[in-house]
Amino acid sequence: MKTTSKQNLNDFNQLRYGYPDENGHYGVFGGTFVAETLIQPLTDLKNTYYNLKNDSDFLGELYSEFENYVGRPTPLYFAKRLTDKLNGANIFLKREDLCHTGAHKINNTIGQAILAKKMGKTRIIAETGAGQHGVASATVAARLGMQCVVYMGEQDIYRQSQNVYRMKLLGAEVVPVTSGSRTLKDALNEALRDWVTNVDNTFYIIGTVAGPSPYPELVRDFQAIIGREVIAQMQDLDKKVDALVACVGGGSNAIGLFYPFINSDSKMYGIEAAGNGLETGKHSAPLNKGKIGVLHGNRTYLLEDENGQIIETHSISAGLDYPGVGPEHALLKDLGLVEYKSATDKEAIDAFHEMSKVEGIIPALETSHAIAYTMKLAKKMKKNQNIVINLSGRGDKDLNTVAKLEGIKI
Amino acid sequence: MSRISEKFLDLKQCNKTCLISYVTAGDPSISLSLDIMHALVESGTDIIELGVPFSDPMADGPTIQRACERALKQKVSCFDIFELVKTFRKKNKTTPVVLMGYLNPIERIGYEKFSKLASDSGVDAVLVVDLPHEEAEDIVNIFKKDNLESIFLIAPNTQVERINKISKFASGFLYYISLKGVTGASTLNIQETEAQLKKIKDNVNLPLAVGFGIKDADTAKTLSKSADAIVIGSAIVKIIENDQESKTNINNGIIDLMKPIRLKLDSNISTET
Repeated sequence: MKTTSKQNLNDFNQLRYGYPDENGHYGVFGGTFVAETLIQPLTDLKNTYYNLKNDSDFLGELYSEFENYVGRPTPLYFAKRLTDKLNGANIFLKREDLCHTGAHKINNTIGQAILAKKMGKTRIIAETGAGQHGVASATVAARLGMQCVVYMGEQDIYRQSQNVYRMKLLGAEVVPVTSGSRTLKDALNEALRDWVTNVDNTFYIIGTVAGPSPYPELVRDFQAIIGREVIAQMQDLDKKVDALVACVGGGSNAIGLFYPFINSDSKMYGIEAAGNGLETGKHSAPLNKGKIGVLHGNRTYLLEDENGQIIETHSISAGLDYPGVGPEHALLKDLGLVEYKSATDKEAIDAFHEMSKVEGIIPALETSHAIAYTMKLAKKMKKNQNIVINLSGRGDKDLNTVAKLEGIKI
Repeated sequence: MSRISEKFLDLKQCNKTCLISYVTAGDPSISLSLDIMHALVESGTDIIELGVPFSDPMADGPTIQRACERALKQKVSCFDIFELVKTFRKKNKTTPVVLMGYLNPIERIGYEKFSKLASDSGVDAVLVVDLPHEEAEDIVNIFKKDNLESIFLIAPNTQVERINKISKFASGFLYYISLKGVTGASTLNIQETEAQLKKIKDNVNLPLAVGFGIKDADTAKTLSKSADAIVIGSAIVKIIENDQESKTNINNGIIDLMKPIRLKLDSNISTET
């Protein structure tokens, strides 16, 4: 067990839960399933991270960036009007949408970019689906004076044109990916190829808690600031956390909220994208409907056909449109520590409108899946109970998508 | 003795370099793959590497990814590939066949079943691109039981200590990736590659193949001085891609590409012996 080395980034000692193991396994999940060329850079990354994660200079720099650049701590906001309207449990919003760049993604990119700098790398690459991780990577590259190349599926470039322009403004090069389904998974393939080729000067910032070891662990550790702040903020309010809700694509905002609560008795709900409906086959819900397999460097639940080929997924939200999920979520599902539910495109759109009108907060479509489930959950819980939703991102990037659905041209 | 060991021994006795050819199974179709395999042997191929198509071939370049997409459009499965090898074996009992692919399609079938079916169909070895030795113990043992050899990759940045560990799991031959990059890339540094090949040869006993980025006879010849086998892949797949319709054109294209490589590899043999 190497848990002592975790205390700084993960304050809450994980006594009953010591994952990953030393080889990056989360039970049967996780691991390192990559071609030989990537073994050495992954080993270098792991060694660097393990050396630095207790290092006071590194943590000092990280927390200073969190406070002064990202804008942490983010508020925990009581959504009174929504609570009253649903007439159930109290709903609190962890306002990650108020982070610099508008989503939780930057918690991780700033952490990885500091690692990159410590490793002497001068070039950053990233994959992106909704564009939020691409923007967050381009932002920290600009902040630290590094070159940045972002791989993005052609389909997503069309869906998220504003974020593409934002990345370019930030000085990044956006490379359209035309292979496969032209979405997030294909962008990930291209980014891995770039990394294999340019491994000497390049750091690959993975945006979610997936990929080969040590990525799921280090992304989790950087995102766990979300849950740690929630614990402190709810203590200040003298409130108990009865339930936590977060959307799950790869699962970084969800693990960030859940991880510090794993040994608590708070109930946790991860919400996948049910697309047109779980029974239609057009969804992005591997934890609900997938099988165990290996993709992008780790073993996890995957959406695949009978021959083990990865299938094209569907979700209204580009950030959830991914056939796999972080290996730690796969384990948490099997251990029964988190319940994984889903929300359809339509439920998410309804929740998007509801949150906008009732609270004056336009949420990201990804986040809207978590809100949609919370709206059902709150009604089933007692009025003195408390739910915290990870409001993982703001919805400005989705205005075109939503307007188009309603036949409005903006 | 395994078909692969026998092949390397035979070649060594005539002082020849082993020529390994890669094609993706089912590109452009399973029936043409059969013709292509025979054409490869006729034009001097010693070992055939048969790519098992995967939807997300992250270690391959665009040429092989497109080959996978063409094969998958026709729903080519591992079972089709086992049938292909079985049919190939009716005419050819001596050319080793290595399956090269990614782990997920194998996991879908299950290690035991995949291993048995592969072995029964006449496959000699399996190379799982995204399976480093740390994760490979179970599957290597199952393969061993069915007399399938396990081919492993070594990269330019693989340290000596790790090369020794890999060679404990490997059988048949070791496959050295001659560049940091994906298949078919173009930045091969010959001097660096030769130095690395020598380092590996000093440490392991298995035959050593070198591939990724070898497109012409001259490069093949140069590297053959430090390796036991040369792998040609993307260059062959490009010929198939350019002429998907015509069996005759594909066969002629393969012969035009491979014959000069074979001849160049075999040149000077008499002076060296």
